[in-house]
Amino acid sequence: MSRLIYLDNAATTRVKDEVYEAMQPYFKELYGNPSSIYRFAGESKKAIENARAVVADFLNAKPEEIYFTGSGSESDNWALKAAAFANREKGKHIITSTIEHHAILHTCEYLEKIGFEITYVDVDENGVIKLDELKAAVRKDTILITVMFANNEIGTIQPIKEIGELAHKNGILFHTDAVQAYGHERIDVEELNIDLLSASGHKINGPKGIGILYIRNSAKIGSFIHGGAQERGRRAGTHNTPGIIGFGKATEIAERELEKRREYESGLRDYLIDRVLTKIPYTRLNGHRSRRLSNNANFSFRFIEGESLLILLDQKDIAASSGSACTSGSLDPSHVLLAIGLPHEIAHGSLRLTLSDETTKEELDYVIDELKKIVERLRNMSPLYEDFIKKA
Amino acid sequence: MSQIIEYSEKVMDHFNNPRNVGEIENASGIGTVGNAKCGDIMRIYLEIDENRIIKDCKFKTFGCGAAVATSSMATELIKGKSVEEALKLTNKAVQEALGGLPAVKVHCSLLAEEAVYAALWDYAKKNNLQMEGLRPPVDDIEEREEFSEKLYEKSGE
Repeated sequence: MSRLIYLDNAATTRVKDEVYEAMQPYFKELYGNPSSIYRFAGESKKAIENARAVVADFLNAKPEEIYFTGSGSESDNWALKAAAFANREKGKHIITSTIEHHAILHTCEYLEKIGFEITYVDVDENGVIKLDELKAAVRKDTILITVMFANNEIGTIQPIKEIGELAHKNGILFHTDAVQAYGHERIDVEELNIDLLSASGHKINGPKGIGILYIRNSAKIGSFIHGGAQERGRRAGTHNTPGIIGFGKATEIAERELEKRREYESGLRDYLIDRVLTKIPYTRLNGHRSRRLSNNANFSFRFIEGESLLILLDQKDIAASSGSACTSGSLDPSHVLLAIGLPHEIAHGSLRLTLSDETTKEELDYVIDELKKIVERLRNMSPLYEDFIKKA
Repeated sequence: MSQIIEYSEKVMDHFNNPRNVGEIENASGIGTVGNAKCGDIMRIYLEIDENRIIKDCKFKTFGCGAAVATSSMATELIKGKSVEEALKLTNKAVQEALGGLPAVKVHCSLLAEEAVYAALWDYAKKNNLQMEGLRPPVDDIEEREEFSEKLYEKSGE
């Protein structure tokens, strides 16, 4: 098999043809600056407002509550820093979870440095936030709760509704990093009591370099980038028109295909999980068995290390990712895998496979076969496996 | 979660076709170094004859591409050498023989050197030998965390 089998859709996705085509006119033909007043620019402005309306509709929000940004990370930074700043007189306390994306965790560390207090609430062995600990963490001076919608590594979906209720009952702003869930799960910001929500275009078959931040009208947070009237004066910078159009189109497709896609992907995901767990011994599934993103499978293969696994998979034209230290550029394996209670040894041997609606069963059969061979090969050179076999 | 690091051709060759993988029964010396916490464990087996020549040498490694390649290269470099020569093996020599390592992987070559030392130390101890330049290995393998087999309860066969 020479065609690439791409199973890293949580990292990024292929732009859909329909999205690509929708973006095309905004590079060379309709290139006018949407902030200008002549009719030529009006076309771009109209298209942007149309995209905004599509996104708002998908989230059950109002169009003026949707702000286009440069990435999911920017949205996370904006939400946290601006919410903290706007409420600094009210309190200095922020609550988050231990398994957030670094765009949240590193921003929290920054906020700690400038005087805010952060409580990191633990998760259980499936990666679900401990609601009782979250409740207990709420203080009089808590100004923000930020918990991701679904985890990027292990796919676990969080009890967002319960968290939203808790936040609102206590008059606390609720932000969710929905970068992995947006377009894959139905999200109703009213029903879920979400005040701030981050999403990214390239995770949903849209272009890179475009994100959104939903800001509830009643959530008074300031601007993040100063210097222009774009995005109601709250996010300056000339509009990324093709990116915004692409984001809108990708949302439109995601909205239209959501149930169909989820059914297809989760069917394949369950097939993959069942086959891997039965065919490869000493393997575990990381994350919640059912309450997980429809396209996410995350395994730990005992006695072996993730980077070796990735290189050998790559040589078989399979693109995947791992939470091993060697792939993160640090000595520590994934903070998410450690947070669900895995010892380092097992966290190092993790493999994340994330599917798309283009993934086929034939591809997965090939991957399962190759994976089995590769795991055996690495175990045969592992001193940990040798010790285990001799002990048994 | 991110990308695979750039490795030299030599590193990839030793990773794909590791030399001397395996075990030696009744080895003259065995050394195991590293710990699972950092994600690298290396074990080296030596078969040393009465003239103190390393007749055979095998390894097993749990770790990344560089960990496998450096242990493979280390065994190549000491095979057929005297124990005195093997004692002179440095991590730098391993790195050079591999055409260099990415900066974040230099610790793998240190571990390979350490594994050779540990195996020689074991050999010296077993035979009550004094060898100039031989130091006790840095043994932190005992840091291994205990965990319940239950973590794998859901697994297959």
